[in-house]
Amino acid sequence: MKHYRAHLLVCAGTGCVSSGSFKLKEALEKEIKTRKLEDEVLVITTGCNGFCERGPIVMVHPDGIFYQLLKPADVPLIVEEHLLKGRPVKKLMYVPPEDKTPIPKMKDIEFFKHQRLIVLRNRGRIDPEKIDEYIAFDGYEAMGKALSLMTSEEIIKEIDASGLRGRGGAGFPTGRKWDACRRVKGSPKYLICNGDEGDPGAFMDRSVLEADPHAVLEGMVIGAKAIGAAKGYIYIRHEYPLALQRMAIAIKQAREYGLLGKDILGTGFDFDAEIVEGAGAFVSGEETALMASVEGRVAMPRQRPPYPAQKGLWGKPTVINNVETWATVPNIIRRGSDWFAGLGTKTSKGTKIFSLVGKINNTGLVEVPMGISLRDVIYGIGGGIPQNREFKAVQIGGPSGGCIPAKLLDLPVDYESLTEAGAMMGSGGMIVMDDKTCMVDVAKYFMNFLRDESCGKCVSCREGTQRMWEILRDITEGKGTESGLRLLEELALACKDASMCGLGQTAANPVLSTLRYFRHEFEAHILDKRCPAGVCKSLIRYVVLPEKCTGCQACKKACPNDCIKGTLKDVHTIVQANCIKCGACQEACRFEAIEAQRDEAIQII
Amino acid sequence: MAAKKKLRVQDLAKIREKAKALTTIRESEGRAKVTVHMGTCGIAAGAREVMDALLDEIRKNNVTDVIVTTSGCAGLCNREPMATVEFKDQPPVKYVDLTPEKMRKVFVEHVLLGRMVTDYVLAVGSETMY
Repeated sequence: MKHYRAHLLVCAGTGCVSSGSFKLKEALEKEIKTRKLEDEVLVITTGCNGFCERGPIVMVHPDGIFYQLLKPADVPLIVEEHLLKGRPVKKLMYVPPEDKTPIPKMKDIEFFKHQRLIVLRNRGRIDPEKIDEYIAFDGYEAMGKALSLMTSEEIIKEIDASGLRGRGGAGFPTGRKWDACRRVKGSPKYLICNGDEGDPGAFMDRSVLEADPHAVLEGMVIGAKAIGAAKGYIYIRHEYPLALQRMAIAIKQAREYGLLGKDILGTGFDFDAEIVEGAGAFVSGEETALMASVEGRVAMPRQRPPYPAQKGLWGKPTVINNVETWATVPNIIRRGSDWFAGLGTKTSKGTKIFSLVGKINNTGLVEVPMGISLRDVIYGIGGGIPQNREFKAVQIGGPSGGCIPAKLLDLPVDYESLTEAGAMMGSGGMIVMDDKTCMVDVAKYFMNFLRDESCGKCVSCREGTQRMWEILRDITEGKGTESGLRLLEELALACKDASMCGLGQTAANPVLSTLRYFRHEFEAHILDKRCPAGVCKSLIRYVVLPEKCTGCQACKKACPNDCIKGTLKDVHTIVQANCIKCGACQEACRFEAIEAQRDEAIQII
Repeated sequence: MAAKKKLRVQDLAKIREKAKALTTIRESEGRAKVTVHMGTCGIAAGAREVMDALLDEIRKNNVTDVIVTTSGCAGLCNREPMATVEFKDQPPVKYVDLTPEKMRKVFVEHVLLGRMVTDYVLAVGSETMY
C-alpha cells in the first residue's frame, strides 16, 4: 500500500451522491493533479457519513477536518490552502446554527459527539469497495476467530450473552433464533440477510450496505458456522442501486481472497452468499414473504409456525436476520459479549441506528446507545426543530410504528418502552413532526401507504386498510362523523386481531397511536370542521390580512388559478370560490400577510 | 487482474500490518508528527523539495506510524524552509534552514532513532499563546 501524507474521504452515500459528491471527487482529483500533489494526497469515496443534511461532505485526514456543503468551485481553495499550505479553510467548516464559530473537527460537532458507533464504525472511514481497507480496520478478524477457534455452541453462547436482539423491528433474541435453527435436524440449512427496507423515510440498512458491505458478509459467515449453513442469500431491493453494486463488489472480492467459498481461510468451512434483488414491495420485508420471493414466488406471507428456523427457504431450516443485526455480529465476536452488553439498558443491549428525518435540523443517520432519551436524539444530536417551531410528535417504527407525543420526550429508546408507548423500535426510522403537522393527515398518509402495500391475503388487512383510509380521508375533508370514528376504532382492532402477518397486525398502529395521543385533533376535524394545524385543505381558507398587505402583487403573480384580485399598492383579496388552496400565495408573500385561517368553523357546501 | 491467492487466517494480520499507514492517518494517531511549513515564503525557499524528500524517506523506510502534515508560515521567513518534529506528549522541535538532505538526516536521526539533530534546531517548545 502506497504511503500518502493526507487522505481525503469523500462521502458517497446515496444522500451525498445526489447532492453531487462524484462531481466533487472528480474536481478534487483534477485540482490535486494540477498542483502536482497526486503522489502525496489520496482521494477515496466512503459510505454514508451520516450528516446527510450537510452533504456533500469531505473529511481530511490526518487532521480530522470536516468540510461540508461543498461545491466543485470550493475545491481549488481547499487544495491550495489546506493541502498545500496547511491552513484548514474555515468558511467551509460546519457552523452550528446558534453559533458563529466554525467547528473544524468532526469529533467536536454536536451531531457526531453523542453517537456511539459499532455497526457504523467504518462509515466515512474506509472505501467500501476496497476489501484491504476493511481488513486494515480489523475486518474479518472475528470471522477468523469464529472459524478457527470457536465451536458452533460457543458462537451462539457469545451472541446470546451479548443480549443482541433483532434489529429489523420485532427484537427477537438473535442467539435464541440461531440456537433453534442449529438444533433442528435438516439439511441443507440457509441464511438470509433481510435488506428489504421499505419504511418511508428509513435508510439504515441501505447505509450499512453502502458503507460497510463486508461487515454484513462477515456476520453471515459467522452465523453460518453457528447454525451449520453453507449458503446465504442477501435480499436487497432494486431501488438501492448503490447498495447492490457495493455488495456485488464485496462478494467478488471476498471470493477472490477465499473469504467466501470452499475452505474459508483454510479452516475447512464452506459458505457462499449471493444477492437476490427484490422488486420493492413493503410486504417482502416480512420474513415468510421474503422467503417466497427468494424462491421465485409472489411475496405473500404464510402462517407461522412453522417458523423459518424449522421450515424456511424451500422448506429447510433457515435463519433470517436484518442487515444491521448481521453487521453487529462480527463486533461482538471480536470484542466479546461483555463489551457489547456494557452498553444499553437491561433488556436492550448495544446500539441502534436511526434515520432522522422530517422537521429536524440535522437530517441524517445516527447510531446511539440503547436507552438514550428521545430528547437527546432529537434536540441533542438532531439539533431541534427548524425555525424554532414546537416539537409535536415523532413517528417511530415506520408504518407499523406509532407517534410519540411531546410529553413523552424523555422516554428511553429501548424495545419495551417504545412498544409500551404505542410505537415500536421497527427498523429505526424517526420522522420528526412540528406543530404545523396534522396528525389525522399523518395517519391518512401511512394508511394510504399500507392499503397500497397490503398483499391482499387476509380480508381484515386488505379491506380493513382500505376502509380505514376512506374514513380518515373523509375526516380530513370535513366529512367525518362520530359514528365513523367509532367504526375506525373497531376496524383498527379487527385488523390487528384477524390479520396473519406483521403488516396487518400492526397496520392499525398509525390510527391507534394518533388516536391515543391526539384524539382532540380528530374531534376538531369532525365536530368543529377545522384542522388545528392548518393542513387539511378542505378545512382551511387563505385570506389576506389587510393590515399587513402592501399590495406588492407577488401573490397575484404566484397564484396559478388567477383568483387574487387587487391593483398595485392596494390591499388584495382572494376569491374563495376559485381558490384551490395550493398555498403558493402564502409562500410568495414576504410580509406574512396571507394566513391559512382555521380558527372558525367553515361551512362545507 | 490475476486470481488472488486464497488467504489463511494469519494472512489477515499481514494485510493489516501492510495497511498500518492507512489506519495511522485515518485515526490521526501517529507515534510522531512532522509538519513542513508551507507558507508562500516556505514554498519559495524550497519547502516542496523538503516535503518530497521527507515522503521519499518515509516510503523508503516503510514507516507507517508517522503523520506528515503541512502548515502555514511560522513567522520566521528568513530561516525557511522549516519543519517541526513532534512526539506524543513531548514539546515540539523546530528545525530551520532545511534542505532535502538535511530533512532526510532529521528524519532518520530524530524521527526514527530519537536523536535530535541539534545543529539544525531553532528551538524546542511551543510559542506562548495568549
